[in-house]
Amino acid sequence: MTGPLLPLDADLVVKARRLAAKAAEPVVELARTHTTVSVERATLRLAGLTGADPDGIPWVNRLADAVQEQVGIEHGIALPVFHALKDFPDLERLAHAAAAGGVRFALPEDAAAEAARARASTAVGAGFDRIDASRALRSKLVGEIGDPPQRPWIYLIVATGDIYEDIPQAQAAAKAGADVIAVIRSTGQSLLDYVPEGATREGFAGTYATGENFRLMRAALDETSREVGRYIRLTNYASGLCMPEIAALAGMHRLDMMLNDSMYGILFRDINPIRTFVDQRFSRQVHARAGIIINTGEDNYLTTADAVEAAHTVTVSQLLNERFAHEAGLPDELLGLGHAFEINPEVPESFRLELAHALLARQLFPDAPLKWMPPTKHMTGDVFRGNLLDGFFNLAGVMTGQSILLVGMMTEAVVTPWLSDRDIALQNVRYVLSACAGLAEDFHPPADGFIAGRANHVLGEAVDLLGKIVDDGLLNAIADGTFGIMKRPADGGRGLDGVAKRAEDYWNPAASILDGVTE
Amino acid sequence: MSRIVRPYGDTTGDGMVQMSFTLPVPHDKRAEGAALQLAAKMGLDGAMLVHAKPIGENYTFFVVYGATTHLVNLDEVQVVERDYPHLSPKEVNDAVRGKLGRKLTVVGACIGTDAHTVGIDAILNIKGVAGEKGLEYYRELRVVNLGAQVAVPDLVNRAVDEGADAVLVSQVVTQKDAHLHNTREMSAAFREALPPNRRPLLVVGGPRFDESAAAELGVDRIFSRGTMPSDVASYLVHRLVFAKEEAA
Repeated sequence: MTGPLLPLDADLVVKARRLAAKAAEPVVELARTHTTVSVERATLRLAGLTGADPDGIPWVNRLADAVQEQVGIEHGIALPVFHALKDFPDLERLAHAAAAGGVRFALPEDAAAEAARARASTAVGAGFDRIDASRALRSKLVGEIGDPPQRPWIYLIVATGDIYEDIPQAQAAAKAGADVIAVIRSTGQSLLDYVPEGATREGFAGTYATGENFRLMRAALDETSREVGRYIRLTNYASGLCMPEIAALAGMHRLDMMLNDSMYGILFRDINPIRTFVDQRFSRQVHARAGIIINTGEDNYLTTADAVEAAHTVTVSQLLNERFAHEAGLPDELLGLGHAFEINPEVPESFRLELAHALLARQLFPDAPLKWMPPTKHMTGDVFRGNLLDGFFNLAGVMTGQSILLVGMMTEAVVTPWLSDRDIALQNVRYVLSACAGLAEDFHPPADGFIAGRANHVLGEAVDLLGKIVDDGLLNAIADGTFGIMKRPADGGRGLDGVAKRAEDYWNPAASILDGVTE
Repeated sequence: MSRIVRPYGDTTGDGMVQMSFTLPVPHDKRAEGAALQLAAKMGLDGAMLVHAKPIGENYTFFVVYGATTHLVNLDEVQVVERDYPHLSPKEVNDAVRGKLGRKLTVVGACIGTDAHTVGIDAILNIKGVAGEKGLEYYRELRVVNLGAQVAVPDLVNRAVDEGADAVLVSQVVTQKDAHLHNTREMSAAFREALPPNRRPLLVVGGPRFDESAAAELGVDRIFSRGTMPSDVASYLVHRLVFAKEEAA
């Protein structure tokens, strides 16, 4: 992408990336040497295990729990599971028996181990075949139907709680101009240590992410894509305690984008930092394999911290997200790094500051499909003023060449979704996109001007902060409240009991495939 | 002076209101007639339909102006007026130090799945809101901010461990009345866990709360939009320092 030009200090840019890589290194090492219950369950999902017990607890949980109890997860659960499978017709029957307490799990040795390895590799390989087939089908459909004619892509949210009501809403939204549909998850799903099963009709301010809901919505949007002549992309959330499993489900059901931030779960959901980093690396590897664009969550920092004072924390987080993503195999064109229009409109020159911050991101990550997030913090309930603010947000997005634009709603946090407000918001986007289509071409802030100065200033602050993070260690920085004010120690938070250091003999066929290890 | 009022459009007493809504019907003459009929039933006299626009195939959006036939008597309006004196940070500190003789402990959190800490942070963080410093700035208040998405049982345990005099809970997300459910759950948990004389003062805040619903939700006080840290601090001192002094 050729964005507008902004003279950034090239040495600072190099330094920023070097520091980000250094800060990420110990955390990547942690991720490589640990596993989690969700990584192990994702492996079972790739091997084709679906369904849930009568209480709605998925069979992957029942089976993984039984193995964890008997032999632990530090060796990887694939060997004990596929060893036990020799006495059962399929994984589901094994899970039933394990849930009833009728299976003795053990780590097989020698020939028995070889046989179990072979069974596991074949089963998990079939899951990757499904992911590869989904990716190929996406390419084919995009080729046949076509991409949206304009950038930024217009990203719209649906969230009724009922997948069967979401579907017509999503189809209507696509017909009204949306290029990307995000189905917001039920509030609190990120804190569930299992992925609900099947089509769901009740949610809390959102709809549960389930494999079946993914399948239903993707099929409906395929239909609509053909009608509107644009491939409509589908987005969900690979975040929370089940990040790796949801990533696997998304890959197999051809979701196109997934929200997946390196630190969001830690900071905003109080999920244990180590759990998050281990789960995140696996899920990003799956996304890389599936050709899924990740969306990072830098916008969230600005909802809790001041958007001017904390502007550089967004840049730091983008650089860290980029580093973690690259390490997990994601190329630039799959990095939907986030940032947001959240400066208090009462601040003088707020729009110039927004332009500076947005251009900084555009210039730092020229090939990434940046996700531009609308104002939420300063949406007061005055819908008329909110509509104006959204107009300025849209204008900044067009002027600075953003790639994915989340449509701002003037009723943010009051009523979502509200049909006529969505229509007015889309009208706002369409007006700005049409009126200012090529404006980025004409927008070259002078090298000695306010915008260039501010962008370089924020970059400088980001480099200083990265330096401190490298000195302290990223986990300590998170514990000290460096990002988004919240303090999250490495030994606190939810989900730590589902983390284990990998044993010497750890084996996971999914991890081997994703790491490119030849057996 | 008359205490009876009507809405104001451009002339005193004209009663004019502006209203927008969507009907689930395709845009045609009948839809516009239906919009005007609805306006009439809502008490708008001579309603003008100034804008009608299809949303998709099966919905139509309308903007209507009209004179309402309803009146409001200001004397009959019931609101929760401030029933305690407003104090400066210094007055709050002096009162706590002089009359309580120890620091007053405040535990704050966003409960349930609400991740929007903007409200609780505005009240508690030293940074405060609109130029007014938050409760952390008050020397005689000990503030424990648990942050976002605190489970109710965790909040109760922390409140007990910290010896909280007051618990402040902020709720921003209101979809499907989440703020009301969460608040009821929270107050019930405190009632179950502690006898009345050991229960901390329960205060909730958020932009869409009805300030008169405190009893119904089982809390001591509700603060709605526009609340400043000093309002909360003044209330805490009023209830925890002065009221106890009177009782003693």
